Amino acid sequence: MRLREIPLTAWIGIFGILLAFFCAIFAPLIAPHGEREIVGDIWLAADSQYWLGTDNLGRDLLSRLIFGARTTLFVALAASVLSFSIGIFLSFTAAVSRGIIDQTLSRFNDLMMSIPTLIFALVVLAVLPQSLWILIVVMAVLDSTRVYRLGRAVALDVAVMEFVEAAKLRGEGKMWIIFREILPNTLTPLLAEFGLRFAFSILFLSTLSFLGLGIQPPAADWGGMVKDNKDGIIFGISAALIPGGAIAALAICVNMVVDWLLKRTSSLKGGRGDG
Amino acid sequence: MVNMLSVRNLQIGATVYPPGENPKDITIVHGVSFELERGKVLGLIGESGAGKSTIGLAALAYGRGGVRITGGEVLLDGEDILKADKKGIRQLRGAKVCYVAQSAAAAFNPAHKLGDQVIEATLEHGLMTREEARERALYLFKILGLPDPNNFGDRFPHQVSGGQLQRAMTAMALCSNPELIVFDEPTTALDVTTQIDVLAAIKNAIEETGTAALYITHDLAVVAQISDDIMVLRHGETVEYGSVQQIIENPQEEYTKALISVRQTKQREAKDQSNALLSVDNISASYGNGFKVLHDVSLHVPRGQTLAVVGESGSGKSTLARVITGLLPPTDGTITFGDEILPSHRKKRTRDQLRRVQLIYQMADTAMNPRQTVGQIIGRPLTFYFGLRGKKRKERVQELLDEIEMGSGFYDRYPAELSGGQKQRVAIARALAAEPELILCDEPTSALDPLVAEGILDLLMRLQAETSVSYLFITHDIAIVRAIADSVAVMLQGKLVDFGPRSSVLSPPFDDYTDLLLKSVPEMELGWLEKVLATRRMESAGN
Amino acid sequence: MDTAMDDGQPGRRSLKQRYPLTVLILQRLGLSAGLLLAVSMLIFGGVEALPGDFAQTYLGQSATPQAVENIRSQLGLDRPVTTRYFEWLGNAVQGDFGKSWASGNSVSEQIGKRLGNSLFLAFCAAIISVPLAVGLGMVAVHFRDRIPDRIINIISLAAISLPEFFIGYLLILFFSVKFGVASFPATVYDGMAFSDRLSAIALPTATLVFVVLAHMMRMTRAAIISVMSSAYMETAELKGLGAFKTIIKHAAPNAIAPIVNVVALNLAYLVVGVVVVEVVFVYPGMGQYMVDAVTVRDMPVVQACGLIFAAVYILLNMVADLIAIIANPKLRHPR
Repeated sequence: MRLREIPLTAWIGIFGILLAFFCAIFAPLIAPHGEREIVGDIWLAADSQYWLGTDNLGRDLLSRLIFGARTTLFVALAASVLSFSIGIFLSFTAAVSRGIIDQTLSRFNDLMMSIPTLIFALVVLAVLPQSLWILIVVMAVLDSTRVYRLGRAVALDVAVMEFVEAAKLRGEGKMWIIFREILPNTLTPLLAEFGLRFAFSILFLSTLSFLGLGIQPPAADWGGMVKDNKDGIIFGISAALIPGGAIAALAICVNMVVDWLLKRTSSLKGGRGDG
Repeated sequence: MVNMLSVRNLQIGATVYPPGENPKDITIVHGVSFELERGKVLGLIGESGAGKSTIGLAALAYGRGGVRITGGEVLLDGEDILKADKKGIRQLRGAKVCYVAQSAAAAFNPAHKLGDQVIEATLEHGLMTREEARERALYLFKILGLPDPNNFGDRFPHQVSGGQLQRAMTAMALCSNPELIVFDEPTTALDVTTQIDVLAAIKNAIEETGTAALYITHDLAVVAQISDDIMVLRHGETVEYGSVQQIIENPQEEYTKALISVRQTKQREAKDQSNALLSVDNISASYGNGFKVLHDVSLHVPRGQTLAVVGESGSGKSTLARVITGLLPPTDGTITFGDEILPSHRKKRTRDQLRRVQLIYQMADTAMNPRQTVGQIIGRPLTFYFGLRGKKRKERVQELLDEIEMGSGFYDRYPAELSGGQKQRVAIARALAAEPELILCDEPTSALDPLVAEGILDLLMRLQAETSVSYLFITHDIAIVRAIADSVAVMLQGKLVDFGPRSSVLSPPFDDYTDLLLKSVPEMELGWLEKVLATRRMESAGN
Repeated sequence: MDTAMDDGQPGRRSLKQRYPLTVLILQRLGLSAGLLLAVSMLIFGGVEALPGDFAQTYLGQSATPQAVENIRSQLGLDRPVTTRYFEWLGNAVQGDFGKSWASGNSVSEQIGKRLGNSLFLAFCAAIISVPLAVGLGMVAVHFRDRIPDRIINIISLAAISLPEFFIGYLLILFFSVKFGVASFPATVYDGMAFSDRLSAIALPTATLVFVVLAHMMRMTRAAIISVMSSAYMETAELKGLGAFKTIIKHAAPNAIAPIVNVVALNLAYLVVGVVVVEVVFVYPGMGQYMVDAVTVRDMPVVQACGLIFAAVYILLNMVADLIAIIANPKLRHPR
């Protein structure tokens, strides 16, 4: 792959994602104030000292945004890695095994998917104690149903190809077939799907936090920051829109990279026309 | 006098989008010229990529996808249709010039009845009243030999067979009484026994209605039956252009001669067939839904020889290969290889049993992992079966590449960088790497152009002479059977209808179906179609 | 291939071969009913199986065992799970979802009013977004790969990435606070004039429209492109039909089913989208009711809302599938 082929939108996306990760990793070094430190009056306007102003408790909004990147990115990434691992493992097992294993897994997946994700999450979070890990696991399990569906479709597409049949006829084992024959041919769509899941996790986590069911205060996270500052809106104070904008910007960046990956997949499949 | 259709110095270009590269303009047709008189048929023949369909569509001033007509003239009744405006072109299409596509199944709208679609263009152009158009459609259904012509138009496309759809498409083209019809490989997707009926119906309809036609195909024997003139095309250029008689009986160009000679039969001496390598005894098989695809099939492949299994689509010939490889365990019967009975499921076979039977697929494209290089593809069986690694493995791969006449330069190439013929050669090398005793060949040449296919067949025959490998060769092409088989098995709807040495199966007295099959294969002979049809009429009169 | 398949005698053809449409519709209806039952079990049983004792959580860690026991019997938690499930389901089917733990009021009564409000909001969003999305999808196809298509593509990509609450607050800030042309919060009450009601929900409706529009537009575009690239469209063009006639006669009959399917799927999405929007605009609907109940762990309300949301979602998905089945000419006119 040559760098020149990557379109501008994808470059912007990559840059945005890297910036967010940079903030998350080096938060204590670059944030001008502490995460929970009250530095002034509430809802101060942006000035040279507080670049983005202060929040509903008088904490520096920029610092909380930078620290919030940590929580938001960590939880979203952990949830998508976990959901991806569960989804891919189960879907590839189903696609290669077929028969009763495939049937059982697929029917159960259909059932899980027949309940809207947010509603499912609300019901489950109403019962479970509130903790970071439970939140990650719930998000991952619910999201893995989507990964499962795509993973199974992609793996089945490849698994019925004749080169896989040829490998089976040679006598190759299941591991060789999954890792050497199927996986290399599914990497691009799976990578794109990972991006989609990551973007979805960011939005989903923010939504849950906004509803008061995600990350619990006083830890900073973008969705929770919107909730904290939403009452300012009526007074024309836009503090809630800054973390909201950050969520939107990050999701847009991820989607722009995904869009490019998806186009790349389809151009590989498209092949050449025949006169 | 002005000819009905004159094409002068036609140039056609297209923009292609190679993945990962900038779009570029290429030329598909380089200055082709021809003339067509009223009521005559011109055959355009060539391999895939010769530009024949593109030229055909240019007669409707149409370019598919990114194709553009960049130069030259297409004169219809003396008027250049390339200079016509949108309205002019619309009045031309479906009225004066009509098109018959290769896949009628896709070309009909699934949402409308056949009859309505057949008369649509005629009504659109106001050529007849609805009643007249219906009458005309009925007449066309009759001369095209469609079943129950009175009610045929009330059916939907998915309710009739492929051969009937192709004839319905011809009726659709003929309905408006056009001056010219472009037939784009109308019989290529059909089985041979169906092809001959459709071909006869088309020829009859052309004669009855007096329309002119451009007939596009890759099969010279087909075009010889239906055309008055033939133009041979290659890489978008004219190779040879003349009357059908001159092209078939007295070709001037090497390429034309090669196309004709591909069809000629090679003789193989009869061999002793008592020493069986593979015996299939009383095999029955069915798919998961209980649909039975093989009924009590028994045959054997002699050691060091070739058994050709021939049949049309749905005959069960590919299923037989799947049963032998253990991909589809039979419900009944045994498979004996050498002196041992093979377990019916591939998972129960030993590595050595698997090694001794190899399979070559029809589509080399999908039979090789696109993410592996030629070296990895051919090398894997060497490691897997013989434990060869590193330098030894590389040397053996190079040897195999030499054997398939490709050379070591291809070691690091990916399948996508190879031509169709080269891919099939690599697939052969992969099979050879296992040093098998039997290779199952599932139509390995049917997706290839005739000259390339010829090269693959020659290679297979040479390898057999050198290594005494046996072949079970699945095909629908009688010409190939004549060229390579020592023994022949004929299949129909999952049953074996004929089996024996080639000399006995392919010479009288014939089995009924074998006879029909043999007589349906177009021969490179003028007037062959009439002869066959006359024989058929006599036979049916005799009954 | 299929020539070999249909050689069975007419008398021996299965019910499915003779009446494929009826059989498939019945199958799909049965599937939905089964799903709904399974979902009800999942919502009820899942809650039971998860760790943590409600009574304990309800009263807090410091509660005496006697108090916990009392509350358990008061809420009926001391009886077997299956008995309670069937009782719950039986009552739910009759529209009775029990009493709220938090307020002691009848859940059904509360839901009755709020469900109407939510559906009204979703309906208003639908009648604006559906024609808009289908229209924009057609525009995008018409200018395929040209500037308008690319602009629509980029905007819709951005719109998909925006959280509902961000759009909601942005609209409030501008239209309600800065310009004062819309009302916030979106309060509705019984006996409110219809025009007042409409103006109250203007902003939440706009938010929902924006959220669902991009998805629906992109899917419509894909559905139309797949129809337009069919071989029969080329046939129509080569018959000399005009562009308008080609689209009306040949594209439309085949494109309507996938588009209606897209619409139904997105309406299902819309029903869930109301949850966040209602919270943002403090709109008295089902979504807000459910979120409030989750915060105080009021299980009868959570279960009731969960079941109703899932039922609407399953129902709309079923409608989408049924439309696709009925529109298929191969099933309507079997061989």
